[in-house]
Formats: sequence, structure tokens, C-alpha cells
Amino acid sequence: MSSAPANVTRAPRHRELGLTDAEYEAIVERLGREPNEVELAVFSLMWSEHCSYKHSRRLLRELPTEGPHVLMGPGENAGVVDAGDGLAVAFKVESHNHPSAVEPFQGAATGVGGIMRDVFALGARPVAILDSLCFGELDSSRTAYLLNGAVAGIGHYGNSVGVATVGGEISFEGPYEHNCLVNAMCVGVAPRERLIRAAAAGVGNHVVLLGALTGRDGIGGASVLASAELDDSADQKRPTVQIGDPFEEKKLLECCLDLLDRGLLVSLQDLGAAGLSSSASEMASKGEVGIDLDVALVPLREADMEPFEVMVSESQERMLCVVAPERLGQVVGVAERWLVRATPIGSVTDTGRLRVLDAGVAVGDMPVAALVDESPVYELAPAESTEPVYSAPPRRLAADGPFAETLLALLRSGNVTSKRWAFEQYDSYVGSRSVRRPEAADAAVLHLAHDGASGAIAVSIDGNGRRAACDPYTGAVEAVLECARNLACVGAEPLGLTNCLNFGNPEKPHVAWQLTRAVEGLRDACLALGVPVVGGNVSLYNEGAEGPIYPTPVVGMVGTLPDPERAAGSAFLEPGHEVALIGPFLPAVAGSELEKLRGRLADGLPPVDLPAQARGLAAVREAVRSGALASAHDVSEGGLGCALAESCAMGGVGARVDLEGLVAALGGDAEAALFGEGPGGVVVSGPLEAVARLAAEASGVGVRHLGVTGGEALVVEGLGATVDVSVAEARDAFTRGIPDVFS
Amino acid sequence: MVRFPGSCDEVDALRACRRFADADLLWYEDRDLSGVDAVVIPGGFSYGDYLRVGAIAGLAPIMEAITRFAREGGPVLGICNGFQVLCEARLLPGALLPNVGLRFLCREVELGVVSADSPFTRACEPGRSLRVPVKHFTGRFHAPPDELERLEAHGQIVLRYREGQNPNGSVGNVAGVSNRAGNVLGLMPHPEHAVDPRTGSADGACLFASVVEHVESGVLAAAA
Repeated sequence: MSSAPANVTRAPRHRELGLTDAEYEAIVERLGREPNEVELAVFSLMWSEHCSYKHSRRLLRELPTEGPHVLMGPGENAGVVDAGDGLAVAFKVESHNHPSAVEPFQGAATGVGGIMRDVFALGARPVAILDSLCFGELDSSRTAYLLNGAVAGIGHYGNSVGVATVGGEISFEGPYEHNCLVNAMCVGVAPRERLIRAAAAGVGNHVVLLGALTGRDGIGGASVLASAELDDSADQKRPTVQIGDPFEEKKLLECCLDLLDRGLLVSLQDLGAAGLSSSASEMASKGEVGIDLDVALVPLREADMEPFEVMVSESQERMLCVVAPERLGQVVGVAERWLVRATPIGSVTDTGRLRVLDAGVAVGDMPVAALVDESPVYELAPAESTEPVYSAPPRRLAADGPFAETLLALLRSGNVTSKRWAFEQYDSYVGSRSVRRPEAADAAVLHLAHDGASGAIAVSIDGNGRRAACDPYTGAVEAVLECARNLACVGAEPLGLTNCLNFGNPEKPHVAWQLTRAVEGLRDACLALGVPVVGGNVSLYNEGAEGPIYPTPVVGMVGTLPDPERAAGSAFLEPGHEVALIGPFLPAVAGSELEKLRGRLADGLPPVDLPAQARGLAAVREAVRSGALASAHDVSEGGLGCALAESCAMGGVGARVDLEGLVAALGGDAEAALFGEGPGGVVVSGPLEAVARLAAEASGVGVRHLGVTGGEALVVEGLGATVDVSVAEARDAFTRGIPDVFS
Repeated sequence: MVRFPGSCDEVDALRACRRFADADLLWYEDRDLSGVDAVVIPGGFSYGDYLRVGAIAGLAPIMEAITRFAREGGPVLGICNGFQVLCEARLLPGALLPNVGLRFLCREVELGVVSADSPFTRACEPGRSLRVPVKHFTGRFHAPPDELERLEAHGQIVLRYREGQNPNGSVGNVAGVSNRAGNVLGLMPHPEHAVDPRTGSADGACLFASVVEHVESGVLAAAA
């Protein structure tokens, strides 16, 4: 453009906005002139790590994204898979880490709100929320503050919108003390014909803003807050955190689905990070068109906002849609019925440019391609650190205590203990779909009968930062396997995967190495299981003066199962059932919770045999689908001992177990068998003939008899490993871990 | 079934009702009730509940018609937010305060049917236990001691939490309370989430079956 709008700015303003000098030069080159204030603000956000993935884009191309069930892959607002019977399931996980570290209630609440909008932007009705949360150690006062706020915020938002929170996990590790992680996943269901994309189309069509007023909240959220390290000024960044209004979201959700059911929209897109700037430019980019927006038409919460503020505001509960002129009246009418504002603020053009007007006067004019497709891409410079990156966790347990004491200490410890305190603050009933609710089974199960289908979907979210810190490749592999194993325990086969990569500053070689290795692990595990990655999110710069967080790849999966009533629970149901361990389980103390309690952090994890893991998952899934088993519970944090104790505590039924056969088969010692960790193990129970049949049919994957259920205690014998813990004691240790902190 | 902006459980409650009878959604702006035999006000966060819970919905256009319907003896059931709305509309005694724990609580609780004389419990055996979920932040029923005595004396306490099951600190373990005439009931637990054993419990079904039985007996009586 030759006639540059007035109000030209100069460096170093760009640095305050998070752009490097080289990036600024690149912007000047793309525009053929210096950018003005509006353009600089828009570029700084569109080229931020959060919006452009400039440090991770190359890596993410390695992930497998195709599969027979994929309807929409990465690049849309969320991934979509085909659940059969004409139904589509949309899902995605996204982080809201830095906002939650600065203001946990609103940070977590708006994280939930944002991920819901990603799902209903596609035309899917959100039916489930899951969260993966990481905080500092459970006994830290900052953890209590963050945990309390984040859980209340998630509940406040999800409960008020009427979407069930059905699962999740909470971890407690020192490196998250200052930089907590709040990853929220939303799952939605839609009839396939209601799905809609974000691509703008139809020159002359209206661009209509739906929902809340635009204010000064969240300005610079994506660049200043999400794409830089946290430092001492975190408190001053509180104004960059958005404020959530779940009532507005509820109205917006019902309004959008109503508009789509009536076929009134050409395309739909949520407003998230970078607000109008990113929504409009991404819609234009996907549709290969241009968009003109007039900021003077945007309904404001506060008067005299500058045009650049309107363009980058991250005010919540807003959506942008494209509407044909003849349907505008109907769209406004439907919105009025739902008490939702609908304001035409611009139009689709054939220019390929994002033009910003202020009452008709041009105040910004940028090529869409420069904003979206031509953002800088950086090569990582990965190098494994020769020094330990993390200090060892505090020692809480002597090395040689009796096994019974060790078991109880593990059950009480933050990562193992029941998360009921949190789950009870979430509505897990609304929608009347939840067949398996939090902690009743390893994965949440939601039937699809309301949508006219016979089967069900199962969902889970998993990650383990400490194990990824020991070995980022294997840690990422294990996150995928654990998620798939949780699905297998309810009889579900994965349809697709979403992930959130939470890491430190990628410009540091050891963080770049962690990120690179973790993505390789994700890729290999997804290929081995045949599960495509349909969407995800990257959260970098999770570090402060104390160093980076543990590398934390978080994986969410959606699977299907034919008969929800056969989905196994985690609890032992009755006395006299056989107890067995299925799967290629090779427990090791390295990287385990036990090792953590002893104040050590391993360097490296044992390798994983992926084809054997895939066979094990299939065996568990088929066994559960047959309906013959009474319970299935995966062996994860705290090892076999904790898995057994949890099944006892949740079912109120004891068990008598002998380790001798297991140790003879696996090698190692009783301690490793009882408290060692590693992927692949599932504890099942059921009638003798069912378990015997399973052993015969699945002999290739390893089915090992452990003992029988019954009695008032968990008794473990063999190789001098005597444990005799009453069910009541185990239940007390398992359920009091978090409430004790708040009493 | 009334739908306010911010209602969340109206579709679940509609489905629950349809297991027993015809049911439809009424819009909060409606001025008449289209000749229905019974009204259910569902759970949720009407108008966001940013003011005192249920306060704005209590003033919604449809409430005039519901008040008239209730005064004429029509059965009105308020669940959770619906209970709060009916208290705000002065169709039910007492008030609902934030839970003693000051946290939102979602769990299945055990209720005792205190009175089977109500149109909402006539199909339940008196003294029967029902497993039904609660999920609320503002569910602690409160009435001054003398009013509570009157409620007890007039048999208006229809449902109580079993000992040790009171999730919110409600006075006298009150979970559900009716008006003096008995035709308006408010309860915090969610019977609409307890009509299918697949999702946990079917114990809430007897409340819906009771209303249907009540309406049908009225129709029969009128015909006779």
C-alpha cells in the first residue's frame, strides 16, 4: 500500500510488544513501509509464539495426523473424529498456564471458556470437560492458593455453562511451584451435517461479531503473558488476565448452535488469543479472501478505546461469523431471542488483506498471508544438558521402611491420592450422559443415546512431567500409552488424540532438546498405536528464575465402545474374584513415586516395547468388551501396590495377593514388583473362569495370576514382602491426602 | 418445563419427564402455560445467578402465570435453581444460603421420603431411601426455628438428607420442602439425573411418577 496511514511508530516500541529487531525488519519488508501503531500491535500478536507456533511448527509436522476416523485435523478450531451413526466428536486440549499462575480463579475459568468456544465454533455441543493440572508440592502454601483458585474457577465456569467435568488429573511437583499448569480439554458431539469450518467466504458477506462487549481486558495476553517467561512482575500482569462470564458463554453457545441448526451461517470462529486480529485474519486466510473491519462498529465496554486496543482485546465470550446479506435479519433475530448481541462490524473482500477502519477511515492495512502464513519460523538448537537441569525432590521417606508403611505413604502422597476433593466441585451429571464418572473408572464414559447412537465415547487426559524429566522421549511415549490404557480399561478404542506440549523457554538448548525428544516420542507412540493427532496446543516459556518446569506433554484421547454398560470400573466388586495382571509390565523403581518420596530423580527410563504395548492394550480392550470382568484398573503412579490398594479402597473389598509368581516371571525384587512403575500393566478381577479364559486367549501378552479378592484387608505375601493393611486404613490414606491440606 | 437464560438441566429434566408423560419446554417470556397439567422449574444458573440466586428469574415474565397456576393448586416442582427461584417468588417458605463448606459440591446423597402425602411423593413408600445426586453452591435450606416447627407440624418437610448425608448444612437435614397447600415442592437434589440406572441411580423416577399419578387421579376425579 502506498498511502501509509498516519501515526507511524518506531523501534523500540516493537520490543515492548515482544518482537525482535529482525522480526520488525521483516514486517517493514512485508508492508513496504513502517507499520503504524495498529499494525504493529496486530503483527506482534500474530507473530507471537502463542499464535504462530514459531518455535514448534517444524517439529509438529512430524506428528501423524491422518486416520480413517479423522474428519478435521490440526488447523481447525479443534480436531474432529467420526464416532459412527452420523455423529462427529470434536475435541481439543489447550493451556492457560500463565494466566492461572497470575490469577488462578479467572485464569482457569477462562481456560475452560476458551476451549469450549473452540468446540462449539465447529457446531459441536460441548458435553465434557477434563483438566490436567500441575502445581508445586502439596504442602506448599502457594500450591494451596493456586489449587483452590484453579479448581473453583474450572467449576464455576463449567458448572454454570452446564457442561459436565468428567475427568482429569492433578500432579504436585516442585518445578511447577511458580509456573503451574492448567490444561483444559473439551469434548463436543455434533450431527455430522452441522459441522462448520472457519474459512470466510463470499465477497460482500457480512462479518458479524456475536457476544460480549469488547473491553481493555486481556490486552497483550498472547504476547506479553503467554509468550515470555514469568518473572517478578507477574502480579503487575494481572490486568492482562481476562475475566470470564459463563452466563454470557451459555447464551452464546445456545445462540450459535441455534444459528447453525437453522443453517444461517457461512462460517464461524471463536475469538481467543489476540482477539479480533487473529480471528479475522485466520478466517480470511483459510478462505483465501480479505476482511475489512470497522472498529467504530464494535460494541465497547468502555468508551474511548484506541483502534489497536479493539483489535487485540481478549475480552471473552465473543465469536465472529460470516453471514450472507439476505440472512442478516434472521441472524440478528435469533441472537436477540438468546439475549446475545449480534453486530455487523465488517465484510468479506477479495483483497487478501486485513483492513482496519475507524468510522470508515483506514487505520491499518496488512496482507493476510503476512500475518498468518509468513510469520517467522525458527529452528531449534537442541542440546542435552550435561548438568542436571532439576534439583532432586525433597526426601520424605526412609529407604528401608516396612512395605506397609511405604504403601500408606504413597497412597497419601499428592500424585497418588484421590482427587475427589476437586472432582466434587465439578458437576459431572449435567447432560445425563456420564455412565462412568471421575474415579469410578480409569476413563470417563459418556453414552450417546441422546444423540441417537447405541454406543458410547470414553475420554481421558494424561501426562507425567516428572517421568518426562527423567527421559522426555519415553515420558511422552508413556503419556500416550497411559491414556490409551485408561481407554482400554473401559473397553474403548482410541479414535484420535489431542495434546498440549508444556515446556520451558525453547530458545534454551536443553529445553529445545526436551521438546524435540518429546515430540519424537509422541510420534512413535501414535504410529505404533495407529492413533492420529487431530489437534493440540503448545505452551512454551513456562519458566522463571528457578528454571523450567518439568517437560510436560499432556495427551487427551477420545475413543468409542459399543456397550457402555460393560465398561469396567476400577473397584473390586465382590469377594471370591480372581485378581490378575494383564500386559507387558516391566516395573522399575527408577522414575517412580517411591523414588520421588526418597528424594531422587532418575536420569533415564527403561525403554518401551511399543508393539508389545499395542498388543497388551488390544487384549485388555477385548477382555473388557466381553463383559466377563468385574474390574480393570491400570498400574500407574505408585505401582502395583497402589493399584491394588485403590481397587480395594474404592470397592470396600480386601484382597490376598502373592508376588512370588510375578517376580519369578519378571525378575527384579519384591520392592520393584510392588512399587515399581512402567507402562503396560492392568489389574483385573472377575470370576475364576473369566480370568482363566482371558489367560488362555491372551497368553501372548502375559496374564499373571496374583490372588483373590475378599476379607477386610489387602494382604501381600511372597519373597518376604509382607503387607497387611486394612481396607479402611488404605481408604483413609487414599482419600485424606488433599482434604488434610485444607483442614 | 421452564427454560430461563442460563438454565442447564432443562433438557435432562425434559427427557426425564418424557419417560412418564408428554412434556415440553416453556420459554421464560411466555405469558401463559399452554394448558399444562404440571410445571417443572429446572436447575442451572438462571441469568448467571450473579445477583442473589434465583432473584432475577423470580421476576421473569412467565413467573406471573406460574404463580397463578400454583395458587389454583397446580403442581409445581422446583429443582435446585428452580427451588431457589420458587423461594424468591415467595411460593415456598425459607431461603437457600451458601453451603457450609463454601464450595460447590457434586455427589450422590441418600434421601429419606418423610411424607408420601405430597403430589410429588405419592408413588414412593414413606420412609423409603432414594439415592439422588446434589450439585450446588447455594443449597443450605434455612428457616427460623419457629417457622421450621410450623413446617414440620404441617407436614411440609417432604424429603430429608439421611443422617450423615447432609451435604450443605441445611437446617433439620431438609432436602425438599413444600408450600402449605402441598402443591409446590422445591428440592435441592436432582431427580432428573436419577432416572436411568446406567448413569448411577433410577431412584428419582418415583417423583416424576408421583406427579403423573396425581394429575391422572385429578382428571379421574373431575370426570367422576
